[in-house]
Amino acid sequence: MSQKPHIDRESGRHLFKQMLRIRRFEAKCAELYQAQKIRGFLHLYDGEEAVALGVMQALEDRDAVVATYRDHGHAIARGLPMATLMAEMYGKMEGCSRGRGGSMHFFDRARRFYGGNAIVGGGLPLAIGIAMADKQLRPGAVTACFFGEGAAGEGAFHESINLAELWDLPVLFVCENNLYAMGMPLELAEAETNISRKAAAYRTPNEAVDGMNPIAVEAAARRAVDSIRGGNGPYFLECRTYRFRAHSMFDAQLYRTREEIELWKERDPLPRMQKWLEETHMLSPQELRGIEADVEAEIGKAVAFAEQGQWEKIEELERFVLVDEVPE
Amino acid sequence: MKELAANASTNRMTYREACRQAIREALIDDPRTLLMGEDVGLYGGCYAVSKGLLAEFGPQRIRDTPLAEATFVGAGIGAAMAGLRPIVEIMTCNFSLLALDQIMNNAATIPHMSGGQFAVPLVIRMATGAGRQLAAQHSHSLEGWFAHIPGLKVLAPGTIEDARFMLKAALADPNPVIIFEHIVLYNAEGDLDPDVTSVDIAKARIRRHGRDISILTYGNSLPKSLAAAEVLAAEGIEAEVVDLRVLRPLDNATLFESVARTRRCIVVDEGWKSGSISAEIAARLSEDQFFELDAPIRRICSREIPVPYAAHMEEAALPQTPQIVDAARSLVKPR
Ligand SMILES: Cc1ncc(C[n+]2csc(CCOP(=O)(O)OP(=O)(O)O)c2C)c(N)n1
Ligand SMILES: [Mg+2]
Repeated sequence: MSQKPHIDRESGRHLFKQMLRIRRFEAKCAELYQAQKIRGFLHLYDGEEAVALGVMQALEDRDAVVATYRDHGHAIARGLPMATLMAEMYGKMEGCSRGRGGSMHFFDRARRFYGGNAIVGGGLPLAIGIAMADKQLRPGAVTACFFGEGAAGEGAFHESINLAELWDLPVLFVCENNLYAMGMPLELAEAETNISRKAAAYRTPNEAVDGMNPIAVEAAARRAVDSIRGGNGPYFLECRTYRFRAHSMFDAQLYRTREEIELWKERDPLPRMQKWLEETHMLSPQELRGIEADVEAEIGKAVAFAEQGQWEKIEELERFVLVDEVPE
Repeated sequence: MKELAANASTNRMTYREACRQAIREALIDDPRTLLMGEDVGLYGGCYAVSKGLLAEFGPQRIRDTPLAEATFVGAGIGAAMAGLRPIVEIMTCNFSLLALDQIMNNAATIPHMSGGQFAVPLVIRMATGAGRQLAAQHSHSLEGWFAHIPGLKVLAPGTIEDARFMLKAALADPNPVIIFEHIVLYNAEGDLDPDVTSVDIAKARIRRHGRDISILTYGNSLPKSLAAAEVLAAEGIEAEVVDLRVLRPLDNATLFESVARTRRCIVVDEGWKSGSISAEIAARLSEDQFFELDAPIRRICSREIPVPYAAHMEEAALPQTPQIVDAARSLVKPR
């Protein structure tokens, strides 16, 4: 059973460090994109760290995760090694998907990470099936399925919540409501902008939570996971958050103002958490420097790992189009 | 089990019954298998294929789904990735378009894109084809489209034997396999060879041997082609009829061998000609077997129109035996 989160020195520093790992990783990705080491589409997670982190805090190894194309935060919070993520974005075969997926398609079978999915809404049906299989083969396991509020426009969103509720499936739906789908503001896309009410329409227990606060997200996620493991079917968590950076690396951000971004940055969970830890004497300046140095070192190693990685041989191009066996 | 054995010893059955027995056997053999789709349970299946299975296996294993093709197909993919061996029925291929995203972007990509970490051992069955006056929106032949997609296997049972045994092979395959069952064939009857208990899903089969011309076909065009071969035989033209069976991956070797022997070839395909599986076969033959051919490759396909309702119009829109006969006559000079 998961308990209410109690913030002590250790867990506070843990949350802070995990968020910092994601934030700094994203900064490095942006830099490497400019340097053309990383190519393709790159969607960064700055501002939304508390969502992935808070939810993953409530999950166990036996649980499954379905992510989106904005999946760096999900992957890091789930425990995928940064080095394999970086290698993936370099297109190297040591990458978590052998260099075949890139930024949007991190996979990790061992950690039950069922992929970043680049089709909006494309992961929700998968989560339904994973939960069906778990219900039979791994009772008690939960599938956490992440998606943006943009997915609420897709039929698969509605079909999936309905099926999960109808069939009592152990799915934790996590809506990352950052108010925009690329440049499409929520209020121009949805007649009902309160996303969790859509879940309510399917009788799914739901909750909207401050997605800028990892402690609040974790608490809500624990309530959700408890409810799901208790056999009450799915749960819908709407995390109200904001992305600080552009949608991708090709976005002039014509659809929102600098003022709006600045306003949301006042709610940035990282400085707030840091300030709180410092004020409550849970984090000394020296400890802070230690954490920062650890994170920088980890990222440095990840980049070095990616740089030294190998290119998959072109002869392997067709390998795994069809597979010879189902991996155990 | 007893009933299965009893049924199996009754050798004469319909294509529908063969499909039903195949599903039943799969459910008995593997607790990870379930059948999921619209009206597969209470209704007994749109084409009555799953009649009686709900009573026998219960609603967990014979799952009626709401009208949500994208999601129940996607759920089949997720379930397969996480350890089950689902059979998903899409009522007819006409509705598979709503699930195309899941099939193409998830089932077909994830094994490769995950670097081999995840497999999708899923079977999707769907009814296909025209010939029952169902009009344009219920008469598509989309198997050629799906055969375009790397990462999928595409099967088209044209015989009772294949209807009975392809499913077992498809479920044993670690890849997503789509089985196209032709709506006109469900009522076809035939005898099962009691010695056959399995079939491969890799090879084309010569259903009738002949030396003068190869007719390459599949699905409901197979009986039409066999009928054409009968007519031709009476005229002294020995046509070889090759049942493609597997539309992806195509069994080049069997097709090439047959055509190299007969040196003439007709492809019969209920799909539209433009960009079809028949186009693919003709292209492969001209790339690889050009110098073995003594005559141009001919294709007999559906007319390029939405299939109409009226019986005479529908009949005229689809490949028919007399066209196959005429094409063969024009290619083979009478001896
Ligand atoms: C089905 C589909 N349509 C369009 C796109 C192009 N696209 C990529 S991301 C995106 C916006 C999605 O917004 P949201 O779901 O809110 O997620 P966010 O990017 O805000 O995290 C769009 C339209 C897509 N990938 N998939
Ligand atoms: Mg969004």
